[in-house]
Amino acid sequence: MEKQELKGKEIKLMKGNEALAEAAIRAGLDAYFGYPITPQSEVMEYLTEQIPVRRGLVLQAESEVASINMIYGAAGAGARVMTSSSSPGMSLMQEGISYIASAQLPCLLVNVMRGGPGLGTIQPSQGDYFQAVKGGGHGDYKLFTLAPSTVQEMVDFVFEGFRMAEKYRNPALILADGALGQMMEKVELPAEGEFPHVIPDWATTGKKAGRKQNVITSLFIQPEKMEQINIDLQAKYKAMESEVKSESINTEDADVILVAFGLVARICMKAAELAREKGIKVGVIRPITLFPFPTEVLNTTADRVKKFLVVEMNAGQMVEDVRLSINGKADVQFYGRMGGMIPDPEEILTKLESMMK
Amino acid sequence: MAIKGTIIIDTELCKGCELCVLACPQKGLVLSDKINLKGYRVVELYMDNCTGCVNCALVCPDSAITVYREKKAQAV
Amino acid sequence: MEQFLINPDCMVYDNHPVTLTGEPYHYCPGCGHGVIHKVLMEVVRDLGIQEEVIGVAPVGCSVFAYHYMNVDMQEAAHGRASAVATAIKRVRPQNYVFSYQGDGDLAAIGTAETIHTVNRGENILMVFVNNAIYGMTGGQMAPTSLLGMKTSTSPYGRDAASMGNPIKITELLAQLPGAYYVARHAVHTPNAVRKLSKAFKNAFEYQKLNRGTCFIEVVSNCPSGWKMSPVQSIDWIEKNMLPMFPLGDIKVPDPKTGNPVMVKNN
Repeated sequence: MEKQELKGKEIKLMKGNEALAEAAIRAGLDAYFGYPITPQSEVMEYLTEQIPVRRGLVLQAESEVASINMIYGAAGAGARVMTSSSSPGMSLMQEGISYIASAQLPCLLVNVMRGGPGLGTIQPSQGDYFQAVKGGGHGDYKLFTLAPSTVQEMVDFVFEGFRMAEKYRNPALILADGALGQMMEKVELPAEGEFPHVIPDWATTGKKAGRKQNVITSLFIQPEKMEQINIDLQAKYKAMESEVKSESINTEDADVILVAFGLVARICMKAAELAREKGIKVGVIRPITLFPFPTEVLNTTADRVKKFLVVEMNAGQMVEDVRLSINGKADVQFYGRMGGMIPDPEEILTKLESMMK
Repeated sequence: MAIKGTIIIDTELCKGCELCVLACPQKGLVLSDKINLKGYRVVELYMDNCTGCVNCALVCPDSAITVYREKKAQAV
Repeated sequence: MEQFLINPDCMVYDNHPVTLTGEPYHYCPGCGHGVIHKVLMEVVRDLGIQEEVIGVAPVGCSVFAYHYMNVDMQEAAHGRASAVATAIKRVRPQNYVFSYQGDGDLAAIGTAETIHTVNRGENILMVFVNNAIYGMTGGQMAPTSLLGMKTSTSPYGRDAASMGNPIKITELLAQLPGAYYVARHAVHTPNAVRKLSKAFKNAFEYQKLNRGTCFIEVVSNCPSGWKMSPVQSIDWIEKNMLPMFPLGDIKVPDPKTGNPVMVKNN
């Protein structure tokens, strides 16, 4: 097929999943491996339509297990690679993600979360927070985890994810949800071909004369060696803490702070607006990176504000990290909806009102 | 006159599995009483009838055997 | 000793090809892995493709294959070597790619990846080492363990009714349109080793044609797992393994058309 020219900067109305896929092509994606699962199948559908006439390669694998191991192989061979899935599919990928983290391969993972546990529902959820930031797979490892709350961030975080993955030789994860994947918003797409990728010297590209063989592995059978690998990984995760990002809105004069990530942060902003109309001074803190977690901003905010409400689409997962960050300095309460239900601003307002009585 | 050959066994690589003994058409190899640093009894060439056929080296799982064979010109 | 022969001019078999690292194998005495590694790497040397080869190691006894094979390699998760190899070949079609897996890895936990890799006709060489047992974990039943065979998880012998029959996955794979060259070889005799060497050479040469997957099963031994001496294991291969897993080509390219055709009796 005849290849199209590189696309310039554009403003478009796009669905979250498709915007993410378009961003990946513009970010110089070499290869995508995936397996269909609702509510993110549009990612691979979009790529299978676009890639043959643009650049890169896309392969529908036989399972999520195969997909994540293809990501391992292609990343190990030096390619810029991405996969995407939704909650049950991400569970299947966890073993492979642990191997990728241990072998220190850069790649971008996307989880468009749906309600669980089990086969659950195809409606949006944030039930995979623990899986994303507390390991998910076996062993001590971390994923650089970005939580978009707009379709624009679905685009921007593709670039940010690849940048962080390649800077730290570590998998990065975009933790979105079904609503973000399906909703349409106006997005600004960066120009294609302006985010160069160099094949790293550690990649398996064929052992050239004069250099030692390159080996990609996560097997270090001597405990002394394996401990050292762990020490190195922990040092890397520590260094990644400097990349922490969060957004604070109207927190300066607030009497109560809403803490939420992703889609729920937007709902909380509306709830805060409604609360201020009723005279309750509410601020919002939105963690943008979930690992590294914005511990510092939460902790210092708690020097002044003594009430926090964490809102999530799960049974209470990030709230544990908020409590650890605040470390007893303030009252931290939780409000959540589960199983694919989205909280509305009024119910959050009701909860806020009960806290301020 | 048969082609003359010989072999060198890296006795530190040899694990005494005797697959070369089995493969030698000249029955020229034997598991010796010598013990290497890993504690394996090692194989040695004890007959002077090696033809350099490389059979022993082909089946050696430990790449322990190098084979030498008289060149035709030398055999004249 | 014919000392006068020991000079480079007379060397007819070098035990240290540049394509092996020279590190002593950790394998048990008599284990076929060492021979298969060596033959594979000798072919890479002979074809002059060391700089272009990328290998994928499995989980199993040969998990450390990259300690011995002096080429760029990746260590795959258990069963996933062919998925890893697929991706490497897709992003680097200019390289030669091979995977190396045992029976548990390829024909049990990795069956889905194995079948779909061959079905897509990925242009790689898949090396399948069948010794009918899980060696690394201590001699448990493998998908290819023979009926009646005693292993640590079939201590009364493999029983078809409760444990299933040994799987002949190579014959299954040959049926797939993506399979270009399928053969079963062994390493129990010098002649078997010579034939295996030729088969590996064919497989790498076919890889250049981009016509599909080359799949070579190697019937091997596991003296430790089989609880017998290496010499006894050779006899056991002939008497027990080969009747179930007969040697020879199963699917080969037709010399005239180049299209893969099934060999008769398969």
